[in-house]
Amino acid sequence: MTEISGGGPRVVAVADARPNGAEDPTDEYAQELAPVEATDPVELAIELGGVLRMPEDAVIDPDGVEGNADGTTMILNLGPQHPSTHGVLRLMVELQGETVLRTKPVIGYLHTGMEKTAEELTYVQGATNVTRMDYLSPLTNELCFALAVEELLGVELPARATWIRMLMSELNRISSHVTWAATNGMDLASTTMMIFGFREREMLLSFFEKTTGLRMNTNYIRPGGVAADLPDGWEDDVSAITDTIESRVDDYDELLTGQPIFRQRTEGVGIISPELAIALSATGPILRASGVPWDLRRDMPYCYYDQVDFDVVVGTVGDTFDRYAVRLNEIRESIRIVRQIVTKMPRGDYRVQDAKVTPPPRARIDESMEALIHHFKLFTRGIEPPEGEVYIAVESPRGELGCYLVSDGSNKPYRLHVRAPSFVNLQSVPAMLRGGLIADAIAVLSSVDPVLGEVDR
Amino acid sequence: MSDVDLAADATRPSVVEEIPELAGVKVSFSRGQEVLHPSRDGYIAVATALRKAGFAFLSDLCAVDYLSAKQDRPLPAGVEPERFEVVASLLSHSQRRRVRLRVQVPEEDPTCPTIFFVFPGADNMEREAYDMFGITFSGHPDMTRILMPQEWEGHPLRKDYGVGRVPVQFKEAPGPR
Repeated sequence: MTEISGGGPRVVAVADARPNGAEDPTDEYAQELAPVEATDPVELAIELGGVLRMPEDAVIDPDGVEGNADGTTMILNLGPQHPSTHGVLRLMVELQGETVLRTKPVIGYLHTGMEKTAEELTYVQGATNVTRMDYLSPLTNELCFALAVEELLGVELPARATWIRMLMSELNRISSHVTWAATNGMDLASTTMMIFGFREREMLLSFFEKTTGLRMNTNYIRPGGVAADLPDGWEDDVSAITDTIESRVDDYDELLTGQPIFRQRTEGVGIISPELAIALSATGPILRASGVPWDLRRDMPYCYYDQVDFDVVVGTVGDTFDRYAVRLNEIRESIRIVRQIVTKMPRGDYRVQDAKVTPPPRARIDESMEALIHHFKLFTRGIEPPEGEVYIAVESPRGELGCYLVSDGSNKPYRLHVRAPSFVNLQSVPAMLRGGLIADAIAVLSSVDPVLGEVDR
Repeated sequence: MSDVDLAADATRPSVVEEIPELAGVKVSFSRGQEVLHPSRDGYIAVATALRKAGFAFLSDLCAVDYLSAKQDRPLPAGVEPERFEVVASLLSHSQRRRVRLRVQVPEEDPTCPTIFFVFPGADNMEREAYDMFGITFSGHPDMTRILMPQEWEGHPLRKDYGVGRVPVQFKEAPGPR
């Protein structure tokens, strides 16, 4: 444990210049340190030791902290009630003066056992559970769960259902990113941005309410399709949303992108290299900002993302500013996708006509005994997928959202594991903070965009 | 049982055929997704070989408790079913391909070697699996609880861990269980 958590300066690997087989007892070999880039990224991730390894409930004796023999370091708690921690995240930050050495993210304050709850709910009820995990992008969670159940069931969806799902999840991506822009602005003391972001989000939430009946936790995308067809006149609503937000994103550009204070607070802060990001399993805007062009929508397409035209936005440096720029431009790309979806939306059914998966229409229940039985069976017993296990991943606004679903053939999942992107992305926070200033920690943490409902589940 | 296709996918050769170090590892397919079944001792070697072959990204690691479905779940011949399974999903960015590893972990000795030193991203995921299932990942630098309080007793996602309930306050209601 100790060799990993050494609290000294950045560890670099010693070059092993010993020639193969040559044994010269007087040779002292190369003594200089190799550059950091020469180290294998995995070793680097381990050796950098950005993670503070100490019990979260310890009474901290400053002299007892390893590496603090001269009494120059201190441990500071950020959160769990700090306004910039986006929920109830607590960071234990080891400081030397104002410089951050190691960090331990302490999570679990919102843990409510949602994976255990999922084992008690039928597949029909399950979507109501997963939608509450990432409360800023509930529709993506539902999409991932629904795709996993459908993969187990082996049902083919009507085209319109899939296009509606894509439309809703792209609108949800815009809503999530503008909310992130708002909270990020608030963390960096731009209250204007906060008001702007929540104003735009309101438009999207109103559309969600009109379509799904609820603003958040919609339970709209269900196994077998979606809960309801799009409302009349949805094209006008959507084009109003896209046109407004497109011009408002330009406003954000004017407000923040060129703003000298904002740039100084974000540029060169919290840099993470692509190798380190991959080694730490980071996904989403964090990975793309470091320069890795990886987007599941393009690289491993699900739904009909292979039929729409969009660009994967990547950064170059991997700093906080790049993560901001990637998200801002992803809003523009999502608008592009939404416009294509509006033109491509086919007519047809919005859910699969399979009586074992989809409830019959209300009118049919009054006239058909069979429909009544199907309705009753579906809501008392539920869907029963055949035995098996699948892992399905979609690109949520925060990264790869995965769903590992094990079915034993009954009407409830035997095991539902959600690979929450925020949970995994939090691992890169210590690496980003290391060596930076405590004042930058807020900007860096904000740029990671963790949603604690999803981290803790 | 019969719905699970354990046979190889004819359209693409398995990674076991492509990577010589993986010779002898049992492979199965679940809904077209490739699953390797390394032994507990060979798990790290398999993960290392896969990383060298381009599967450099650990996308997910979790555990499953097969307490009530222990005996009859479909596994390829030669893989002895145990109570726990550690499931790791690897991703190759260049090949755009996923591979899943399922490691059998017995109930009597719930330990598994850590892949932290192959994929440092496993840090939080293995801590979560330990917290929820009590599987100790030997060699992990910080094998402590991550979601539950440090002093919590039991491992909640185990199948024999009772689901708590709040007693309803009626006259004849039974007490808390």
